[in-house]
Amino acid sequence: MIELRSVTHAYGDRPVLHDLSLRLAERRIAILGGNGSGKSTLARLLNGLIVPTSGTVAVDSLDTRTDGRAVRQRVGFVFQNPDTQIVYPTVEEDLAFGLKARKLPKDEIARRVAGALERYGLDRYRHQPAHQMSGGEKQLLAIAGVLVLDPAYVIFDEPTTLLDLRNRRKVIELLRGLPQTVIVVTHDLDMVKDFDRALVLEDGRIVADGPPAETVPAYIERLG
Amino acid sequence: MLGLYLHRESVIHRLPAGVKLGGLLLVTMVVLALPGAWGALAAGFIGAAALVTARLPAGRVLAELRTPVVMLTLLFGFQSLLAGGGWEETAVAIARFAALILLATLVTLTTRVMDMVDLFEWLFGLLRPVGVNPAKMALMLALTIRFIPLLGDQVREVRMAQRARGVERNIAALFVPLLVKILTMADDLTAALEARGYDPADSGTKETGTKNSTQR
Ligand SMILES: Nc1ncnc2c1ncn2[C@@H]1O[C@H](COP(=O)(O)OP(=O)(O)O)[C@@H](O)[C@H]1O
Ligand SMILES: [Mg+2]
Repeated sequence: MIELRSVTHAYGDRPVLHDLSLRLAERRIAILGGNGSGKSTLARLLNGLIVPTSGTVAVDSLDTRTDGRAVRQRVGFVFQNPDTQIVYPTVEEDLAFGLKARKLPKDEIARRVAGALERYGLDRYRHQPAHQMSGGEKQLLAIAGVLVLDPAYVIFDEPTTLLDLRNRRKVIELLRGLPQTVIVVTHDLDMVKDFDRALVLEDGRIVADGPPAETVPAYIERLG
Repeated sequence: MLGLYLHRESVIHRLPAGVKLGGLLLVTMVVLALPGAWGALAAGFIGAAALVTARLPAGRVLAELRTPVVMLTLLFGFQSLLAGGGWEETAVAIARFAALILLATLVTLTTRVMDMVDLFEWLFGLLRPVGVNPAKMALMLALTIRFIPLLGDQVREVRMAQRARGVERNIAALFVPLLVKILTMADDLTAALEARGYDPADSGTKETGTKNSTQR
């Protein structure tokens, strides 16, 4: 479970999240909200990429402020733009990157990379340069690069925003099948329909929280 | 001119990066030591043999040599004009360097970046006593190779956006948006690296499962 206790976050002296307290325990959670409402800030707090100005964030009772590295081993993070997440020129090498950062033995790295290539349908791109792949394939690679690390939680920050309809479906299908706890920041209301919970952020405050069947209409109403 | 890894099933591809790079170094020294034409001939022969053994598309590989050969011709051409050397000498010098560039290209075409990076990480490790962080240097090398094509994309994108609004060929107008894009990318990249468990404070030494509990 990820727990936020009275979390406030400011960039410089400009607060963007105000006194949030949340317990995130459901398996599929969506974070909705307009541009600049603080969604990405909240997402990045959840795996210790940033630490709160005040209050605490804890993942399975590990404090992100003091146990950042352990938290990031548990919590994977996928960003909007795959181009800035792919580190190595070819698919196979990039999948190995995070495993190497963990200093796993060579044969284990090879085994897990091979597994990921097959599981996420990347086998035929194995030796291909990432920059020759389409946007959807690149996002798939970026996601695989995180999943190969076997995190217990995966956070996605607008994973489908840059994708076309077909690739959007592919990513949604992939998310649906994940055994992990998934937290997704998105504008994609289709994706959220069968989620367990959806939060709506507005100006750094939670203005709706509950099953999507209730919060999504509230969100749409607020937009209009 | 140095092409990116091109996968084939070949003996040369399977050779360890250290062997290939060491071999390149050795051949370079021999070629530079041998009298003119013989060196070029030897290197050209080795290059041709390697090209065939590695099952690489000869046309494509040789095409990569075009730009450096043109540059070499200009360079040595001017030099011989200024210094008054004979044309045979110039031709031999060009052939010698072209052959070496071919060999270097073959090394990069048959070696995965990750293997090259591992090798460099090991080499940089020798510099650890003087404060070099081998893991960091190795990552920089990998990122440079990965982001060169991306940078090209960014340049094209900015240029296109400007042309669409009637700005043609203006270096200054290209520079600022490009810089902004690069800085944004660098920011995102840093976050992504961290999210995937890369720790910049890590010195690259083997660690035995203990968790470092100091972050920021
Ligand atoms: N690194 C940063 N430095 C300063 N301000 C930031 C930074 N990141 C985000 N902000 C600001 O914080 C607010 C919330 O941003 P963000 O969390 O990215 O919102 P969202 O993801 O919902 O669009 C915005 O006003 C944004 O400009
Ligand atoms: Mg955002």
